Parts: sequence; C-alpha cells; structure tokens
Amino acid sequence: MASTPTGARAFSPANLAAFYRQRFKVDLALQVAYRGATFIWLFSLIVQPLVSLVVWRTVANSQGGTAGGYTAGEYAAYFIAVMVVNQLTFMWHMWEIEWRVRTGVYSGILLRPMHPIHEDLVANLAFKAFTMVPLVPICVALAILFDAQFDTRPMDVVAFVPAVILALGIRYTIEWAMGLIAFWITRAAAIHQLWASVTFFLAGQMAPLTLFPKPVQVIATVLPFRWMLSFPVEVLLGRLSGREILAGLGVQVVWLGIAIVIMRAVWSRAASHYSAVGG
Amino acid sequence: MPSTDPAITVRGLRKTYVVPERESGVGAALKSLVRRTTREVTAVKAIDFTIAPGEIVGFLGPNGAGKTTTLKMLAGLLHPTGGEATVLGFTPWERDRAFLRQMALIMGQRNQLAWDIPVLDSFQLNKAIYQIADGDFRTRLDELVEMLELGELVKKPVRNLSLGERMKCEIAGSLLHQPQVLYLDEPTIGLDVAMQRKIRAFIAAYNARTGASIMLTSHYMADVEALCERVIVIHHGTLLYDGDLPGLIDRFSPLKTVAVELEEGNAVPADLLVRLEAAGGEVVAHSEHSLTVRAPKAATPQVTGLILGAVPIADLTVEDPSIEEVIEHVFASSGDAAAGDAQAEPQTPLADEDAPLPDAGAIAALAGSAGVRDGEGT
Repeated sequence: MASTPTGARAFSPANLAAFYRQRFKVDLALQVAYRGATFIWLFSLIVQPLVSLVVWRTVANSQGGTAGGYTAGEYAAYFIAVMVVNQLTFMWHMWEIEWRVRTGVYSGILLRPMHPIHEDLVANLAFKAFTMVPLVPICVALAILFDAQFDTRPMDVVAFVPAVILALGIRYTIEWAMGLIAFWITRAAAIHQLWASVTFFLAGQMAPLTLFPKPVQVIATVLPFRWMLSFPVEVLLGRLSGREILAGLGVQVVWLGIAIVIMRAVWSRAASHYSAVGG
Repeated sequence: MPSTDPAITVRGLRKTYVVPERESGVGAALKSLVRRTTREVTAVKAIDFTIAPGEIVGFLGPNGAGKTTTLKMLAGLLHPTGGEATVLGFTPWERDRAFLRQMALIMGQRNQLAWDIPVLDSFQLNKAIYQIADGDFRTRLDELVEMLELGELVKKPVRNLSLGERMKCEIAGSLLHQPQVLYLDEPTIGLDVAMQRKIRAFIAAYNARTGASIMLTSHYMADVEALCERVIVIHHGTLLYDGDLPGLIDRFSPLKTVAVELEEGNAVPADLLVRLEAAGGEVVAHSEHSLTVRAPKAATPQVTGLILGAVPIADLTVEDPSIEEVIEHVFASSGDAAAGDAQAEPQTPLADEDAPLPDAGAIAALAGSAGVRDGEGT
C-alpha cells in the first residue's frame, strides 16, 4: 500500500553495526588499493612529531639534559606518544566536507536515511586500522633509536584506552561540525586551517603544554584542546596521578557531550540551509 | 488493496532563489565587498497537482522550466519558498527517515554510487543504509541483475563502467530498497537508442510489479510516449497542462495534417490548391502525385472533402502532429507570451535544469561572487 509509511523503523544499534562492518570492509579494501597514497599520508603524520622530537631533544641536551621539566629521553617518549595519539585522533573530513558541498555531492548524501557522520567515521577508522600496522614498529624503532624514556605504569595503559577513544570522539565530532561551516561559506578551508594551527599549539602537538605560559595552559585546559590530544599523551607517559586521570576522563566525557550537542545543532541548521539555497 | 489516497499532493508549491549578482571585473568585486546586491529568481511559481499510487507521470518542460527544482523539493532536498507538498503522507523536506527509505531520486547526470569500489559493494552499503533484510536483498538483487542485464558489471568499480552501464547500475542501486515513489530526472540522457529502450522497458516493469508512483522528466519524447499516460507540462515555473497525451495534442496543437497519394495517371488540379488555401488549409508539400495539407481541426473535414471531390485518390491519411512538434509548439508559444516577464527565465545554474548539478561554487563563480551561497557572508 503506497501511501502508508512502512519503513518507520529507527536505526537500531544492530543495523548501525551492520553498516559499520560493511563500510569498514569496503574502506579497508580502498586503503589497500590506494596504499601508496595512504603511506604518504602516514609519512606526513610521522614527520612533524619527528622533527619536534629531534629539536626538543637537542634543546634538552644543550641545557644539560633537561628543558622545561623534560629530559631528552622524555621528549623522545612525548613525541612518539604524540605520533600515536595524533594518528588515532586526527580526521580529514573537515576539509572534505567543503569539497562535497562545492561539487554538490552532498545532495546524494542528504537523500540517504542515515546521518552522514557515520560514513565518515568508519572511513577514518579504516585508515587508522590500516596505518597502525606500520606505525607500531616505526614507533618501537624510534623509541629504541632515541632512547625514549616512558614512565608508564600498568594503570596508565588501562586508562589510555578510554582517554584516547574519548579524545578521538571529541576531536572528530568538533572537527566534523567545523567542516559544516562549508555549508555557509564556500571557502571554509581558511577557517579550517586556522583551527588546525590553533590545535597544533594548544593540543600539545608542537610542545608539551607545560612549556607554555600559564594563561595558555589554562586556555588549553578550559577549551577542548588538551582533551583532544595532550591528555592521552600525558596518561601514556605516566605523568598524571590516578586522581588526575579520573578527573581528566570526566572532563573528556563532558566535552564529548558538548561536542555532540554542538554537532547536532550545526548539522540540522546546515542541512536546512543547504535545502534553502539549493542543492 | 491499493490506497485511494494520492501518493503525491502538491499545493501552491513555490521556489525562489536569492542569488548574488555582480558585474565582472576587479572594480565590481571591490564594490561588492561594501554593498552586496542579490537578485530573486523564481524557479517555480505556485504549482498544484496530485499523483495517484502506481501512476507514471511525465514531467515536461524546457531547460530552466523548474522541473528539477520541483523534483528536488518533492525528494526533500530543497525547502520550498511557499506552498505545501505531501509525499506518502510525509512532508518531504522534513526528511523523515521513514520517508527517505521509501523514495528514490535518480538523476541521469549524477553519480550516486561510490566511484572507486565495485558496484556490488555499493549495493551492500545500500542494504545496510536502507535496512534491507537479507532475503529481500538477494531476491531484489537477482531480479534487478536479470532485468537490467547487469551480469558481471556488478563486480567492476563504477569508474570502469561506460555511461550506459553506469546508469543501469545507478538505477539498480536506487531501487534495492524498493521505493514507493521514484523521481527519474533524465534517466536516459546520453544513452544510445537500444539502451534507452531497455531502461524504458525496465521502468514500466518496475511500476507494474511494485505499484510505485513515478515522476519522469525526459527530453526524449519516446520515453514519455512509451511510459506515461499522463503528462504535466511546466514552463517558466508555471503549470501549463496536466492531463493525458492525446489531450495535450488537442489542446496545444489545433492543426491536423492531411496527406493523399493520387491514383496513377491523375495530377493535382491547379485550382484545388487555391480552394484548399481558401478553406483554411496550408499546402506544406505537393508533387505531381501527392499532396500534404495542414489545416485547423475544424476545417479538416472540408479540406478532406475538397480533395476527395477533386481527384481520385489511392491513399489518404489524417494525422495529429508528433508529440515533439506539439511540445515545441507549446514552449515556443508560451515563451513568446512570457517574453515580457522580466523575471520569468532565471539564468543561473540553480535554475538551469540541465546544468550538471548546480552547486554553491558554481553559483558563486557564475554570479562573480567571492564564494557565497546566499549572500550571508564570505
């Protein structure tokens, strides 16, 4: 009977899981097919922390072994941890959304009975799964080469798992919502670049946050930046007490909630804005 | 039991785009930084129609008539500026998931399947997105593969397919969830005649089997004649005609063509031509043994009588003009009527129904803007 809605089922977790499985397989196959490009991306993700590692290690050595509370070996550990956490939390869809809006690809996406964030997330996870395979031995080799000093306790390893998952959730959700700016502004890449630069400083990618002036540290902690990258790094390096770790995880949960609320609000406005001006 | 409620109801549906406007050149670019000028372009002006479940309706109009804008509103991609529409009991632009699961919009110039992966993988993704049960998926896939003769094509990545192959796969992918409402925007564009015929036959079969309501736009009248008993004609965003095909010909083409072959040994008498013209006929061709006259419908019996009375004939046909001629006539005459209407024909890609999917960048580029979708900021 044509006029009766028959497909009013909500998206159950099982259906969503089925989609994630299917899409993950496809995306993994794509990563393998385009492995050359994937490895170039991976290379660029490694190079930047590696340069920082060499620079800060040299600074520490030239100042008698420590600089800003980190020894040369701790700097090596810090930037190797940054390499891993950045690889696990970074996303590129912020940039891709602009292209999709500009070329009209979003029309097809809007017609699907599924929130588009899922498709992007699973593509991102497939990239991470594929690039983790070479990244782990690279990090081990770098740790040996630069004599990295990890003071990691077993509880840090346990806490690192939720910390990095929450960091991914926060960074992914916020940056996906940032990507939606392209619905209003055709050349949104400039704003995305600004966001990426601020993240580079305030999330602890360029240097440990403790090296920054106090006001900057406060800003990075009050805003989501520390929780998107620095916090899991600090956990992995064993620099936080049990209480600090628990409090940090709590802050991450709150930020993830805020990020999801913001993303949903921006998405619904973006979708109707797109519909108002023409797809 | 088929429902008697309309599948699609449209009341006073309107769409006006606001587009940035600027002269070319650096001076104009600088001026637009201070003062931005925009212009309203009306793509659809208050149209009304209803479509019953299971109906196939041809949606006709020249480029820029408002066809694609209307289809996009009915698919939920565009918010109208005014008016109402109900599709399967839903307001399309609210984009309820239950609505999206029962609808498909297929655009001949638009790719919806993922470019890099084998077609079958895209189909599997659609299965998950549309929550199609395993059994249903297999049955429908087998049917679609057979009816559209997809065969081994489904194992290839989309980028390796020809245009016709891709279109067949696009159609199959869009029908796996068995939509009850299907919008087909130029589904046969760019395809060869054999492929057009196959797609046409498939659409008819899909409609017969599933009882889906179908709205079809096409520049190929053969598509419309083969599939649609009813046509809706739209021009400059206004509904010109809604009815069956013969009715369209009656209404918009008041002329018939009378063609005769004379019996051997007879010639067309010279005075017959004069008398035919006097009766309102227009002699469009004549040779020694044949004669073709176009005449207003009311004058056709008199014209035929004059010929039959004047000379022995071997064969006589009285024909309506072809649907192409009628459509051309409709658009040409209504185009003249609208020529004085300054805002009638929007000239932006948004309103150009045949532009390959208008987008913000294209509008901005065309309007010379610094990249603004609707004048709200840079």
